[in-house]
Amino acid sequence: MPRAWAMSGVVAILLWVGPGVARAHLVTSGLGPFYDGALHLLLSPGDLLGVLALALLAGLRGPAAGRLAVMALPIAWVLVGMVGLGVPTVLEPSWPGALSYMLVGVLLAANLALPPWVVGALAAGYGALHGLLNGSALAAIGAGWPELLGIVTTVLLLTLLISAAVVPLRAEWGRVVVRVIGSWVAAIGLLVLGWTLHGAA
Amino acid sequence: MTHANRRCAAVAELRLPPRPVSSIVAAFLLFIPLAAMAHVEGGAAGGLLSGLGHPVSGLDHVLAMVAVGVWGAQLGRPAIWLLPVVFPLLMALGGFAGLMGWNLPAIEVGIALSAVVLGALILGQIRLPLAIAVLIVAFFAVFHGHAHGTEMGPDANAMLYSIGFVIATGLLHAAGIALGLIHRWDTGRVILRAAGSVVLAGGLFFLWGALG
Repeated sequence: MPRAWAMSGVVAILLWVGPGVARAHLVTSGLGPFYDGALHLLLSPGDLLGVLALALLAGLRGPAAGRLAVMALPIAWVLVGMVGLGVPTVLEPSWPGALSYMLVGVLLAANLALPPWVVGALAAGYGALHGLLNGSALAAIGAGWPELLGIVTTVLLLTLLISAAVVPLRAEWGRVVVRVIGSWVAAIGLLVLGWTLHGAA
Repeated sequence: MTHANRRCAAVAELRLPPRPVSSIVAAFLLFIPLAAMAHVEGGAAGGLLSGLGHPVSGLDHVLAMVAVGVWGAQLGRPAIWLLPVVFPLLMALGGFAGLMGWNLPAIEVGIALSAVVLGALILGQIRLPLAIAVLIVAFFAVFHGHAHGTEMGPDANAMLYSIGFVIATGLLHAAGIALGLIHRWDTGRVILRAAGSVVLAGGLFFLWGALG
C-alpha cells in the first residue's frame, strides 16, 4: 500500500512538473476531450493548489467536514461550470483564483475550528468560483462539457484521496505538516496576487 | 520461462535486491525535461528554477531563514513549527508590498539586522514569550519578502516562481530546524550557540555593508 501511494505521488509530481507552456489552451492527451480536461487540472498549479488546500482543510476538520467537501466541491464545480460554458468570456482567472486559494491556505494554517457545514459551504463556494472560471475559459476556446467533466472528475478524486489521507492523522507532527502546507499555499497565493495586480497596474 | 521469470532469475543470480524506490527516483530523474537546461531558462522552467534559486542567492537571506528554524528548535514547541509558518506568510506580505511598489525604508539594513538579532538570540539561548518571538520573526520576514518582491524578474512565470520561492524558503527553515534538533544534547547546545555567533557575525558584516 505505501508503495502504491509512493507511485501515485511520483506520477502526480511527474505530471505536475511537466511543461506548462500549453496553459493557454488544453493539453491534448490523445485520449479524447474528457482526458484532456482531466489532464488540464493536473497541469494547472493554481487550480491544484486550491484543491489541495481545500482537501487538506476538510480532512483536518474531520470525517464529517471531509464528506461534505468531497460532495460539495465537485457538484458546485460542475453545476456552475455548466453555466460558465454558456458565458464564453475570456475572464482573467489569476486574481480571483489566487485570492481564493490564499484564503483557504490561511484558514488551513490557522487551524480554525470550523464546523463541518462551514467547510462544506467553503468547498461549494470555491467550486462555484472555479467552475465558472473553468467553464467560461473552456467555452472561449471551443471546448465543452466533456472537458469540464474531466476536470471535475480529477477534482473529485484528488479531494477524496487527500482528505481521506488526512482524516486519520493523529500525530501532532503530521497535523503540523498539513498546516505548514497551508501557510505555503497562502504565501504563494499572496505572491501571485501581487504579481497579478502588479501586472495590471 | 516468461520474461518476468527470466528477469527474477537474473536478479537472483546477480544477488541484486529489488529496489523499487531507487527505480522510482531514477524514473523521476529521467523524466526531468532537460531541453529547458540547454538554453537560458525561460517560461515555466525559468520561473520555477528562478523561484527556487532566489532565496538561496544571497547569504544574508540564507543566514536569517536558517536561523529562524534553529531558534524555533531552541525554543521548542510550539515555536518550532509556528515560526516557520509565520515567516513565509509575512514574507509573502512583504513580497506583495514590493510588487505593488510600496516602499519600505532601509530594506538592506532590516535584512542584516534580522541576522544580527536572530544570531544573538541563538547565541544567548534567549527564550522570549511566544508572542514576542512571533512578532520578531514576522517583522523581519517583511523585509526579506520586500527585497525579493522588488527583485522578481518581470519575465518569469508568476505562479511557478512563487511556488519555487516559497518551497525554497520552507526548506531553509526545515534545514534550520533539523540543525536545531541537536539542542537536546549538551554538545549540541554548544554547537548551536557557536552557529548563532556565526549568524551574528555574518549579520554584522552585512549591516556594515548596508550602512556603508
